[in-house]
Amino acid sequence: MNQIKKIAGIIWLLLGPACVYFLVQAAAHEIAAKPGIDTKIQWGVFVVIFIPIAVGMSIFGYYAIKGEYNH
Amino acid sequence: MKKENKIWQVITASSLGTLIEWYDFYIFGSLATVIAGQFFPKTNPTAALLSTLATFAAGFIVRPFGALVFGRLGDLVGRKYTFLLTLVLMGGSTFAIGLVPSYESIGFAAPLIVLTLRLLQGLALGGEYGGAATYVAEHAPAGRRGYFTSWIQTTATLGLFVSLSVILLTRHSLDVDPAASIAKFNAWGWRIPFLFSIVLVVVSIYIRLKMQESPLFSKLKSEGAISVNPLKESFGHKENLKMVLLALFGATMGQGVVWYTGQFYAQSFIENVCKVDFDQSRTILIWAILFGTPLFVVFGSWSDKIGRKWIMLAGMLLAVITYRPLFKGLLSLTDTATKTEVVAAAATKVNAVSIPNSGDFVRTALSTKSYTDGTIVTTTTTDTLYANPAQTTIKPVVKISKVLADGVYWKMVLLVFVMIVYVTMVYGPIAAFLVELFPTKIRYTSMSLPYHIGNGVFGGLTPFIATLLTTMYTADALAGLQYPIIVAAVSVVIGTLYLDSKINTKHD
Repeated sequence: MNQIKKIAGIIWLLLGPACVYFLVQAAAHEIAAKPGIDTKIQWGVFVVIFIPIAVGMSIFGYYAIKGEYNH
Repeated sequence: MKKENKIWQVITASSLGTLIEWYDFYIFGSLATVIAGQFFPKTNPTAALLSTLATFAAGFIVRPFGALVFGRLGDLVGRKYTFLLTLVLMGGSTFAIGLVPSYESIGFAAPLIVLTLRLLQGLALGGEYGGAATYVAEHAPAGRRGYFTSWIQTTATLGLFVSLSVILLTRHSLDVDPAASIAKFNAWGWRIPFLFSIVLVVVSIYIRLKMQESPLFSKLKSEGAISVNPLKESFGHKENLKMVLLALFGATMGQGVVWYTGQFYAQSFIENVCKVDFDQSRTILIWAILFGTPLFVVFGSWSDKIGRKWIMLAGMLLAVITYRPLFKGLLSLTDTATKTEVVAAAATKVNAVSIPNSGDFVRTALSTKSYTDGTIVTTTTTDTLYANPAQTTIKPVVKISKVLADGVYWKMVLLVFVMIVYVTMVYGPIAAFLVELFPTKIRYTSMSLPYHIGNGVFGGLTPFIATLLTTMYTADALAGLQYPIIVAAVSVVIGTLYLDSKINTKHD
């Protein structure tokens, strides 16, 4: 089980930057499609809020790889 | 016996205040459309509604900051005075929203003031819940924390219940003529639920002032063992930070989206996608909440026996598996294409009102269709008849409202009730789970942040992101569900792998 936790940690570590990439890409696409102030505010808020959370996900993955959650 | 009485006093004082805070927070969201008309430019109704939704989201986004500010304060000066302060802040902001003049009266200042007050509400809410949950848990005996804190867990849903009830009651009691009553509510009556809040808050402050500080915190203080820097100890030390992250990704993130999908998105979906009448879309939720609320205590209490983990994760997993069929059920129950129309009962009324000094008219066509199962669909089409024949309305405003027959109505209640059951599973045991994860001296700070990121950011943005997904993928009415399903699924996997199924007694 501890081994699975460590291996899954790689997924969480990579999920953080992957989420940021898709979020920024979706934001850029939506802003280009509807360049109004509303769209910019909405997506700006999403990006600003979710980037620290994505960083947290990567830290969580790092801890999992290091065996911090092993029982 | 005396000790048992004391814990119920603690629960009553904490729950009442927390319920009021949720009530204050929800009336804004529940009245989003009316507030949009009052405080945001009316030229584009969609933009106005989005502005309000953005304000709604802003309310949630500042919640984590409230968790940090008041969590720190609660760990430094105590639980009692901190959650008293959040109550005053919340009550004052809500009352003030009820007093802000409309956009027509004071222009751009109106939405700006409303936005500021909404941010203060979010800040206060961020500090309230952690304090109330910690306060109750620190009074409760170790083996019954799940049961006693589950009473606090009922307050968020009951706050929504009270807010919806007060809104409906006010909406229908301002005039003997129902249409006139609704018109008055939309013009000025919406302020009443906001102003009413001050009465509730004053009562709650009075009760809370008479309460004592938490015994565990008092003990720490007398020993001089309180934290000097709760923020640093909570998030700067690996041993605690890793538990904060686990609480967020393995529990509160999934709990947040299940909570908001079952209550807010379900109601929004019934009203805006299924096109069910304003009152019915709310009473469906009210009934489902009423039947479901006792289950918070059932699951909270059960978690004292079998642990918190599997009850919470089972709720999330059931949501992941059944959300699509449940929402599809809501859609098909209200789909008129599958119903048989009573053609003889169809009626259309057209009314034209002249626009002063223009020669133009506003034309309203009201068409009513009845179906054999008792459903009645009213379609209101509004356009402008211009004096200049070369001018035509590009896109008439079409509003559909379905009044459901009893049989269909109760089936809808049943479907929403199932979603509320999931809410009670994920939410009932979570206060005890979070409290047990962190040491007393930094508990308020440590548990408040993951709770408010999970519930506030992931959960609070659910209706907004789900609506956005529906507008991006117009072919699929259920596209909005992708967000809560994916988030809850990730939480189920993380929770299953990393959470301990035994009750954490390390910090007792």
